[in-house]
Amino acid sequence: MKEQKFTITDDTGIHARPATLLVNKAGQFESHVELHYNGKAVNLKSIMGVMSLGVPKGAEITITVDGSDEEQALEGVAATIREHLGE
Amino acid sequence: MTKVYTQDLLEQFKFDVVAGANGVNREIIMSDISRPGIELTGYFRYYPSKRLQLLGKTELSYYKDLTSEQRADRAKRMCTEKTPGIVISRGMDIPEELVKACDEADVPLLRSPYKTTRVVSRLTNFLEAKFAPFTAMHGVLVDIYGVGVLIMGQSGVGKSETALELVKRGHRLVADDSVEIRQEDYDRLIGSSPPLIEHLLEIRGLGIINVMTLFGAGSVRSYKKISYVINLESWDEKKQYDRLGLEEETMKIIDVEVPKATLPVRPGRNLAVIIEVAAMNFRLKQMGVNAAEEFSTRLTTMIDEEKTNLGIDYNLE
Repeated sequence: MKEQKFTITDDTGIHARPATLLVNKAGQFESHVELHYNGKAVNLKSIMGVMSLGVPKGAEITITVDGSDEEQALEGVAATIREHLGE
Repeated sequence: MTKVYTQDLLEQFKFDVVAGANGVNREIIMSDISRPGIELTGYFRYYPSKRLQLLGKTELSYYKDLTSEQRADRAKRMCTEKTPGIVISRGMDIPEELVKACDEADVPLLRSPYKTTRVVSRLTNFLEAKFAPFTAMHGVLVDIYGVGVLIMGQSGVGKSETALELVKRGHRLVADDSVEIRQEDYDRLIGSSPPLIEHLLEIRGLGIINVMTLFGAGSVRSYKKISYVINLESWDEKKQYDRLGLEEETMKIIDVEVPKATLPVRPGRNLAVIIEVAAMNFRLKQMGVNAAEEFSTRLTTMIDEEKTNLGIDYNLE
């Protein structure tokens, strides 16, 4: 299991479109990917789950991945976050 | 877990803030309520200062019988830094010593017009619900014939599509994709939807649809007790699936063991019907009718009879 912290810098936070990008990216991997925010954890492969958190700008999130391709999965998700959402 | 502040009680219970208004942002960290009685006599060794304090008629009338110095002393010792608030029931008049102490220590002094027992039970219910163990799970919660069924499984296995079919058949959607679960009491799990995605369902290729506007107010529920878990998984040729229904699997959510069934998914298998029947069968079992067990006893009787028959045959030879 691997985990990494990110800070959302995008003005709209994790809104519908960036959430879709994130979920599609996570869906490409076998590993179980979770997003932790504010004491709640959701499956990063589920769009409704991710959007239900309503993550705003400035929020700190943690991504955890667990599975056979966890390294690639974390890399992939991290790249998507850096490109569209934050650092 | 959500944090509870004295402020939240004001909105919920329409309390009057008599004094210590600066302290309404104090956090309440436990659901227990303290009724300081012995403390009023001056014994503070076990004073539960972090709890919400409630003074009823008996306590307050005793307090009024004290001398002015004693009243000031007790009030001061009750108003600690951690005390989230002092509640007075029955809309009673409050001695000035207590008002003064609350103002000085910024402990909110709240007054409710209702009877003490009523205030205690409502406060306890409210706080217990707020402090109930909480978790969020990936799955879909549907009310099928009054049975709260939590459908779980990997992403893309078809949970939301099954839920849509179930709604179309007249059942009710509680939550899609992310189910917030809190444990009430020691054996009740209540599932609800995160507010942001209430009534919504995500169907691959269609996007987000609003079940309530599409199918009407009767097709949704805001919360439901979870009684049964159905786990959907891709059909695995090598795995042994339950063929009889004699064994009962369970799944632990928070501290509660919930009955669980695993359904293999294969193209052409009508999951909605199977889940619907599973829910009905679950109700039937709870009413004491167990098809699998009945069949098993029937088979036992039959085998026993055959055995005796065989015995007779041998005798004839």
